[in-house]
Amino acid sequence: MELHQPETIEQALALLAGDPGAMPLAGGATLVAMLNAELIEPSALISLAAIKELRTIEMLADGALRLGAMVSHADLAMEARLSGGHNVLRQAAAQIAHPSVRNIGTLGGAVAHGDPSSDLPAALVAVDAVIEMAGPAGKRSIAAGEFFEDYLTTALTEGEMVTAVRLPRLPENTAGHYEKFARVHGDYATLSVALILAMKGGECSYVRVALGSAGATPVRVPEAEARLLGSALDGGTVQDAAQLLSEASDPIDDVRGSAEYRLMLVPRLLQRALNAAEACAP
Amino acid sequence: MIDITLRINGEERALCVPASRTLLDALRNNLKLTGSKNACNQGVCGACTMLLDGMPVNACLVLAANVAGREIVTIEGLGEGGTLSPMQQAFIDAGAIQCGFCMSGMIVSATAFLAENPQPSRQEIRAALSGNLCRCSGYVRVIDAVILASERMGA
Repeated sequence: MELHQPETIEQALALLAGDPGAMPLAGGATLVAMLNAELIEPSALISLAAIKELRTIEMLADGALRLGAMVSHADLAMEARLSGGHNVLRQAAAQIAHPSVRNIGTLGGAVAHGDPSSDLPAALVAVDAVIEMAGPAGKRSIAAGEFFEDYLTTALTEGEMVTAVRLPRLPENTAGHYEKFARVHGDYATLSVALILAMKGGECSYVRVALGSAGATPVRVPEAEARLLGSALDGGTVQDAAQLLSEASDPIDDVRGSAEYRLMLVPRLLQRALNAAEACAP
Repeated sequence: MIDITLRINGEERALCVPASRTLLDALRNNLKLTGSKNACNQGVCGACTMLLDGMPVNACLVLAANVAGREIVTIEGLGEGGTLSPMQQAFIDAGAIQCGFCMSGMIVSATAFLAENPQPSRQEIRAALSGNLCRCSGYVRVIDAVILASERMGA
């Protein structure tokens, strides 16, 4: 196996195009673990570590925040420009594994891996993030809700890589909250709820909900959000929304909980997330 | 094979590694620095924790050839001139060490954490060391040790 260390995205794409067995190496938190376990045998790794533009975080003219693919989970958890509803991403990043993993793992790596039980995908779907990619046919962008297609399967095609994640500006006065339930600190979630909320005059004026570890991709149900919108978030309405989310979920049984148990968590974590977000909504 | 130079505990070390060799394996097998331990090789247990540019990382998840030129500090580099670091001494004095296998990673993580947060609460210590597993399950005295180091270093 070879290791390439390109300094520009163009060089990385050329290396990817020249070797179908090559894989881009972001932080390595998942990829090197898979390599150690002999689950993958790439012909070459194309390290993205030396590509400076992948580490930038910038505010765009339209108020969107653009996060480079090589921003680490630790940096994401500390990023002050992730405010209001975007705070959900800071909270999700801060709960990924442990400090020594968060210093290695990256936003782009987590996005490209597409693990529905990892923390960032649900948070990215909740904030209506846009995934930016580059490949042999040029650049393209796709909504996070469409990017995650199936278990560990994304919209990335041969020779493409994730270059950035764009967070469109959210409405004024939104609060974000990431509610994660795990049996052990730092573990993958048994279930998680990523929530963006705004209240106006005691009524919900904006809401986005995405569930993690609830199916092969993050689970978002527009009808559940429509139920919450305009309500005072009374118990019955929240139960109705949770019911719609549960019906759209298809969790797995594993050591972190049975499918039945995960579904029981949906209304409980949704209620906790709403309470927490409402408490910080301005 | 790739020729690289690593900066380890303040020294430049030249070595030749395959691209897939982790930083942990390069240190343990090429350079015989066996203080950092290899247990899970999956970034789960923390026994291989070392500092990369001052940040704690799981060295089993880092490829050696990908960190050439960066500053690496291992358990062997914490003390100076044969004297243990305050954190190492506190672990001994608090009786935190049982079988010892996880201790290199624990002490490196705790050292980085205390540099950031010199007077932590017990809960903050638990969160900071959550990625370092001790299968003797002797966590209480580990937390005592970090508190002791914090008190001594603050004094």
